[in-house]
Amino acid sequence: MSDTTVKLSDAAIRRRMLAEFWFYFSQNRGAVAGLVVFALLVVVAIFAPLLAPHGAATQYRDALLLPPVWQEGGNSRFLLGTDAVGRDMLSRLIYGAQYSLFIGIVVVSIALVGGIIIGLVAGFFRGWVDAIIMRVMDLILAFPSLLLALVLVAVLGPGLTNAMIAIAIVYQPHFARLTRAAVMGEMEREYVTAARVAGAGNMRLMFKTILPNCLAPLIVQATLSFSSAVLDSAALGFLGMGAQPPTPEWGTMLAEAREFILRAWWVVTFPGLAILTSVLAINLMGDGLRDALDPKLKRS
Amino acid sequence: MVRFILSKLLFLIPTFLGITIIAFGFVRILPGDPVLLMAGERGVTPERHAELSAQLGFDRPLVMQYLEFLNRLFHGDLGNSLVTKKPVLTEFLALFPATVELALFAIIIATVIGVPVGVLAAIKRGSWFDQVSMTAALVGFSMPIFWWGLLLIIFFSGILGWTPVSGRIDLLYYFPDATGFMLIDSLMSGQEGAFTSAVSHLILPSVVLATIPLAVIARQTRSAMLEVMGEDYVRTARAKGMPQRRVIGVHALRNAMIPVVTTIGLQIGVLMAGAILTETIFSWPGIGKWMIDSISRRDYPVVQSGLLLIAGMVMVVNLLVDLTYGLINPRIRAS
Repeated sequence: MSDTTVKLSDAAIRRRMLAEFWFYFSQNRGAVAGLVVFALLVVVAIFAPLLAPHGAATQYRDALLLPPVWQEGGNSRFLLGTDAVGRDMLSRLIYGAQYSLFIGIVVVSIALVGGIIIGLVAGFFRGWVDAIIMRVMDLILAFPSLLLALVLVAVLGPGLTNAMIAIAIVYQPHFARLTRAAVMGEMEREYVTAARVAGAGNMRLMFKTILPNCLAPLIVQATLSFSSAVLDSAALGFLGMGAQPPTPEWGTMLAEAREFILRAWWVVTFPGLAILTSVLAINLMGDGLRDALDPKLKRS
Repeated sequence: MVRFILSKLLFLIPTFLGITIIAFGFVRILPGDPVLLMAGERGVTPERHAELSAQLGFDRPLVMQYLEFLNRLFHGDLGNSLVTKKPVLTEFLALFPATVELALFAIIIATVIGVPVGVLAAIKRGSWFDQVSMTAALVGFSMPIFWWGLLLIIFFSGILGWTPVSGRIDLLYYFPDATGFMLIDSLMSGQEGAFTSAVSHLILPSVVLATIPLAVIARQTRSAMLEVMGEDYVRTARAKGMPQRRVIGVHALRNAMIPVVTTIGLQIGVLMAGAILTETIFSWPGIGKWMIDSISRRDYPVVQSGLLLIAGMVMVVNLLVDLTYGLINPRIRAS
């Protein structure tokens, strides 16, 4: 190292980190494709009222179970056809994007914040606090996640809010364990000792000194949980325990469409395709994020 | 090895007690009065209410109730269903083979396809096979299986008419269940066409249930193989002039299998969650459908004990996976 080292401002460092991140992320073509699809989904969700040709709950009694426009009997007013009570499929799918994104954001936020706090406390204080917290986390992980979420919803009462809370509770141990492991790794480092010697309190040490250095695995886990949340909430909706009809949530739409599977393929096919596309896009992004954020992991 | 097994078993006790606490607490945190809930819509007089409370032990301290619950549990008494009045354990045992049959078939499909695909993708890294199979695996991993099941029904049952839509066997056939496993029972019955009927009922549900484990196993096998193939001992074997087939079959595969075996074992939880959805779609009379039906019928003793039994089962399977792991990898035992 020469002594002509250029001093970079914080903003410049951040810009460089971002550029480096983007370099690795963009090397993964799948990840970029996932990002594009996800961005589209966000745009669709935000501008749903402008994009949707019809209302999500508007029923056209003269157009029950119309097939998509390219099939015989289709109508150009309803591009993807209509459902059993004459609602436009395309419009309902567009509004459904709002629900899926909303569910993903809420579930991941609750699970992330809860998991970080619990994991930080366990990893920072160790001893009996850690032992108790981790036993409880292991316990939650001992149950199949969908089953536990189902039972929690049964206790809380069916509905979208309760479904989101239940899924967040079930996901939260993953974040707690990751945070704890990362914190334990960082606690050994000299900068933590230095900060402690400099007189930093526990709160400052936990949240300002250690936490920012543990974020990479948490971001990857958050992405993966986002896609699982979309999938699990759709499953709960499908089982009648999540969002209730006539909400245009994709899983709930599938549940309503079940009895028509052999008569009207489009009412079943499109909502599922929407779920698959969004989950796949988010998972692709997650793979790219892992590659870009964790250089230790092999790019395989 | 004995010490290893004992330490694992000891570790299980707090987890099991925790599971019982969750299952026990479940009925107590329910909104509303459990006695009124059990009495149903007719309601009860205050005297009868007190009597029932005393009979069911709800008038005693929570700790006493919990100990009583544990005591009954160890005597095999898991309570009775509110709907059918039958013991929960009897119902569970009657439906359990159907789920085991389904799950077993699914995990066989997932392993038999997933492992070779993963190995081949790793050997031919970067080839079209690798790219196509790993893309397919990611799609499978992202699949909403309840939708996937409906699609397969549309295609194979609706359009092609190859497979039945639901159930375990045609109503045409009747025989007493000897083992509870439809494939075995139908074979033993000797009735013509019974076995074929059972197989055709089993095939779609098990493919649906296998989808996510298959994707996970293929991805895990590929990355384990890639890791092992970079090891020194594989390079040494190659340098010795050992044929490629032997290097991969003997040196690489055996070591790569260690994490793969764990992955396969850990799929049991995924399978149980998947069974709830798969059994609902195909009206498969197993414990997944039983649980979801009981939840919607508010049959709480069944939900409570079902939760306990399923979690206990997952726990035991995880223990077996741990033990197998210790058996094939001595380093784990030592630590």
